[in-house]
Amino acid sequence: MTELLLDAREVRVQFGGLTAVNDVDFNIPLGSIVALIGPNGAGKTTFFNVLTGLYTPTQGFVDFDGRSVLGVPPHTIAARGMARTFQNIRLFGAMTASENVMVAMHPHLKSGVTSTILRLPKQRHEERDARQTAKELLEFVGIGGTDEEFAKNLPYGDQRRLEVARALALRPKLLLLDEPTAGMNPQESAAFTAFVHRVRDERGITILLIEHDMKVVMGTAERITVLEYGAKIAEGTPAEIRADHRVIEAYLGKSATEGAA
Amino acid sequence: MMTAITTAIIFIGCTAGMYYFYKMAPARAALGGFALALAFALPHLWFTKETDGFLPLFTIVLCAVYALFALGLNIVVGFAGLLDLGYVAFFLVGAYVGAWFMSDFAVNVAKSTRDINIHILDAASAKIPGVHLSFWIVIIIAGIVAAIAGVIIGAPTLRLKSDYLALVTLGFGEILPEMFRNSDDVPPGHLNITNGTKGIGPVDRVGMGFLDYIPGIPKTIVSSDYRTKYYVILVFCGLFVWVSVKLRDGRLGRAWMAIREDELAASLMGVPLMRTKLWSYAVGAVAGGVGGAFYATIVGTVNVDGFTFAFSIIVLCAVILGGMGNVWGAILGAVVITWFNYTGLTYIGGKINGALSTDFNFINLQFGLFGLVLVLMMLFRPDGFIPAARSKQVKKAEQEVLASQEVDA
Repeated sequence: MTELLLDAREVRVQFGGLTAVNDVDFNIPLGSIVALIGPNGAGKTTFFNVLTGLYTPTQGFVDFDGRSVLGVPPHTIAARGMARTFQNIRLFGAMTASENVMVAMHPHLKSGVTSTILRLPKQRHEERDARQTAKELLEFVGIGGTDEEFAKNLPYGDQRRLEVARALALRPKLLLLDEPTAGMNPQESAAFTAFVHRVRDERGITILLIEHDMKVVMGTAERITVLEYGAKIAEGTPAEIRADHRVIEAYLGKSATEGAA
Repeated sequence: MMTAITTAIIFIGCTAGMYYFYKMAPARAALGGFALALAFALPHLWFTKETDGFLPLFTIVLCAVYALFALGLNIVVGFAGLLDLGYVAFFLVGAYVGAWFMSDFAVNVAKSTRDINIHILDAASAKIPGVHLSFWIVIIIAGIVAAIAGVIIGAPTLRLKSDYLALVTLGFGEILPEMFRNSDDVPPGHLNITNGTKGIGPVDRVGMGFLDYIPGIPKTIVSSDYRTKYYVILVFCGLFVWVSVKLRDGRLGRAWMAIREDELAASLMGVPLMRTKLWSYAVGAVAGGVGGAFYATIVGTVNVDGFTFAFSIIVLCAVILGGMGNVWGAILGAVVITWFNYTGLTYIGGKINGALSTDFNFINLQFGLFGLVLVLMMLFRPDGFIPAARSKQVKKAEQEVLASQEVDA
């Protein structure tokens, strides 16, 4: 049995009468690339928000890296090594690309108020190293040289990349990507598929992505979990999912499978 | 003559220093040198003669004090983006700390404290009873107490967002003066802590005795007039500019700006929201506390009637007028508003009345004119006199993007 980086059991999230996530069991083996798919409103982003500490589930357990994340504030979970990007880009617009990345180094930087005011050598070295790391991360995601550009002035595609660079600055063990290829053209999506593999292989980061583009999902993920109306309806390898009649029903409607049969 | 030479030295020295060591553009370095030289020469210029009402010494000192307040509030509002409408609370705390530790008030607190007579490196006569600490010690205490007050007020309020935060801080700004107004008969043993509406005074002056030990300092500087006070507060402004700039460019400043830009994203990137916000409150409060204690010594008495909501608004206006998030803008805004408040309005009003031989009371129009100026500013220069460098660059880049899109179309 492979080691599990993330283990969620019987997770349920209710907003009043609405059950957004319904008794979902879900786990991510260390070092894998896993996808979470489902029609709009299936509860995928809600599930992300549970993992990152924004929502506390009504019931269930979520263990990350051997420890529970329930009731733990988001910044602590982030510091433990869970980083994410957002479906609708949420960069710090009036800050430079470099600063955006450096914000996410917050848990790893040590200098406090006193050393900053006194400009102690330690603090200056730390800042210089952080700036250098940010530069390298920007190059890694393919937007090197934009360090001093303001985030909101970057082109859309570069903003998506900057979000990944910022998430990587947390030195995550698990990277959550929420619809990373939304708004990309097929070439960009294909390049992104390769990039996800590079992140995993070169940096050893486990990846969970929410994605609508089936080409990307099938090309990237090793395991796929399908949600519909908050419940898990299927789980397996891309080949298994492609053949699963419940998944086809969920995506194309009941008559599609009947017609095919 | 001495002043002119010193001014020239400051101008040349600072310009050269900024040019060589900080690699600034020559024009910027010269501007910086000029600003510092002007700040030094201000109380010596011709229009400071008491007979001329354009820029009295007292107003210059107050301008510097308000600049310190604006610098403090700029950290909370400009850097961290937390709308604080109760900044008066820190001003009040600082002023009362100054009054408690630099006056004979301690003897009035209760029967048992009647014989208190503590003097530590102070500028007051040893015969006067009460607690008299050196101004320099008091200023540190005031800063610490204000920072603690910032954390105490911040802990419950900073969980709220935007408008709600503004409302609750406004509430604290109203509650604290009321508490001090009514704390002249506190239950266990009828303690008189604040002397109620009667206020505390006289407050000791700023002691400059240590200058006696430095050779070559002319004795005229040691005299405790408004000029000396001005230079003292100028030093604190300088220190706080340094603190603001260094924090802004460091780890904490980035976290503040991230919270201002997108609180949720910041927390998911590992920024602890509460702790980071509390730091901005505490650092901002230190400026309020120091300024408050200083204010107590220049005015001489501390009276609770002086701590009004209007103060919070005036300082906030200074920050907005100057350019939110810009350290130099905050100073400029504070100087303009303070001058307008204490001298400008009566001066200009007097000139107009003289020219038209009317007898119009311009002071009554103060807040109306204030509002008008703010509305005009928002219409024509919404980013303030000196917009923060980043908002200027973002705007410029946005325009470039727009222009290129038009070309594409």
